[in-house]
Amino acid sequence: MTPGLIGAPLNVAQLYLDGVCRSFDGFKAINGLSLAVEKGELRAVIGPNGAGKTTMMDIITGKTRPDEGKVVWNGDTDLTRIDEAGVARLGIGRKFQKPTVFETHSVEDNIRLALKAPRGVFPVLFDRRSAEENRRVTEYLDRIRLTHLRAETAANLSHGQKQWLEIGMLLAQEPQLLLVDEPAAGMTDAETMETAELLKSIAGERTVIVVEHDMDFVRALNCRVTVLHQGSVLAEGSLDHVSAREDVIEVYLGR
Amino acid sequence: MTRLIDLRLGLFLAALFAVTVLAPLATTLPSTSALNLPSYLIPLMGKYLCYALLAVALDLCWGYAGILSLGHGAFFALGGYAMGMHLMREIGARGVYANPELPDFMVFLGWTELPWFWYGFDMFWFAAVMALAVPGLLAFVFGWFAFRSRVSGVYLSIITQALTFALLLAFFRNDMGFGGNNGLTDFRDVLGFSLSAPSTRIALFVLTAVALAGCMLLARAITISKAGKVLVAVRDAESRTRFLGYRVESYSVFVFTVSAMMAGLAGALYVPQVGIINPGEFAPANSIEIVVWVALGGRGTLVGAAIGALVVVALKSWLTATFPDLWLFALGGLFILVTLALPNGLLGLVDRLKPRKAKPATEVPA
Repeated sequence: MTPGLIGAPLNVAQLYLDGVCRSFDGFKAINGLSLAVEKGELRAVIGPNGAGKTTMMDIITGKTRPDEGKVVWNGDTDLTRIDEAGVARLGIGRKFQKPTVFETHSVEDNIRLALKAPRGVFPVLFDRRSAEENRRVTEYLDRIRLTHLRAETAANLSHGQKQWLEIGMLLAQEPQLLLVDEPAAGMTDAETMETAELLKSIAGERTVIVVEHDMDFVRALNCRVTVLHQGSVLAEGSLDHVSAREDVIEVYLGR
Repeated sequence: MTRLIDLRLGLFLAALFAVTVLAPLATTLPSTSALNLPSYLIPLMGKYLCYALLAVALDLCWGYAGILSLGHGAFFALGGYAMGMHLMREIGARGVYANPELPDFMVFLGWTELPWFWYGFDMFWFAAVMALAVPGLLAFVFGWFAFRSRVSGVYLSIITQALTFALLLAFFRNDMGFGGNNGLTDFRDVLGFSLSAPSTRIALFVLTAVALAGCMLLARAITISKAGKVLVAVRDAESRTRFLGYRVESYSVFVFTVSAMMAGLAGALYVPQVGIINPGEFAPANSIEIVVWVALGGRGTLVGAAIGALVVVALKSWLTATFPDLWLFALGGLFILVTLALPNGLLGLVDRLKPRKAKPATEVPA
């Protein structure tokens, strides 16, 4: 593919990665990756271990700088020049593979810190809790069904509850794009299906990119699937479409 | 809603208030009275309170933001030097060489004019501002480079240690202009009041107590604010905090700078009560001792840090007087004891001994 030309036209792609490369000690974790995601889309990214899924997220969120290529946000912003906090402030939220919440804070404070609000030291230092803020916290707690654990220390939550709390924190940020890394890891089947429903309900209003291993979960998402292999896109389409392809079966599904 | 003054802080401040009122009163009792407090003990107690303030400063950045500074002694010493420079200028023509402009050590070194960085220190207000501004500025610049480059954990601790060691070496040099090996001493008075007068000593002691209480309240206000919660968030899950949009380095620089200014204030109050400041205050071991105070008292509690400092310093005074060879072993032993047996320090021990509070009804799963 000619650099600079990608499948989707610029004006619909909310996020668009163009020929991104990144190597670590000679190993090409991302190798000419190009990807376009439309506003409001729900997209699943699958691929075997080492396909570059997490590195891709690191590049989008400003944690890792690519060696080559561009990451364009809303057609005009190059994300590769912005740090993590800057990317987050643009409206890109990220959920880690391992649930990462603030263990010593209460469930409520976890959400409160995530709420969309000024992030500078001094506005935050002089921030006073308002009734409006409490209402918003309650709203998100209701949505992730942790209202009854409001005052509980986050360290005491179960693994699944921490996953949900982190998703709640992500929602509280009111991001335009959510990057979700293996949300179903460690969840029961019922929780997995509930999580799929939650993510589907978020999409449309917001863009959601899910990295996932669990095929049942991806099937439940019922969305466009991108298969990564050796740091670039191997196939893209519906799950049925990609899982019928010989090369995809060979590198991933057939094992 | 978290209250500014909780039970622990309330008890501590009440005790501090009682001591601040009663100790000066006790010095006025006749020396035959059993309750008489010899007036030479007042500056000693003031010195202890300076250490407590220094411990609170370290606890603010280590206990809450996870920044383990092994160089807080440097900020303390810089604050002390700023005040010491003023006290030197205030000696004026009463020095050994009776030079109205130059402190004795400069005359001794054959200097003919005051170095530029001594300008302004003849004014008390300027020295007081510098006692906060110099440590604050150093911490801001140092922190800005370190945190922006994402230096953290043990690497940050090592470079803070290197910072204080470098300052130690620099201040030892005569040509630095700070009195070299001997430091600054032979102070006469402050704002016209004789430093050896009991009333001045009491005033300095009371002032130190007020500064300690004020800084504890300020530190407490910071830690219970939303920014304080962000600091704890940085300590516990730094990358999560970044991905929420908080610039971690700004928060770290902020708390490091505030902490360094508190340490500078402690140093500025220390010097007039102790009567000397020399490069030994920059010794790396001093900074490590502060960490032991905070660890022993209980990091992340503020009150614990102050209590830890008072306990260890009192122990040090007693041990160095009765068993001078044992002190460093005792200090090392204490650190090992705290690390192995009291991870939350003395306050953690108190919490463990208290019966557990019943959980509020809201925490019962619905």
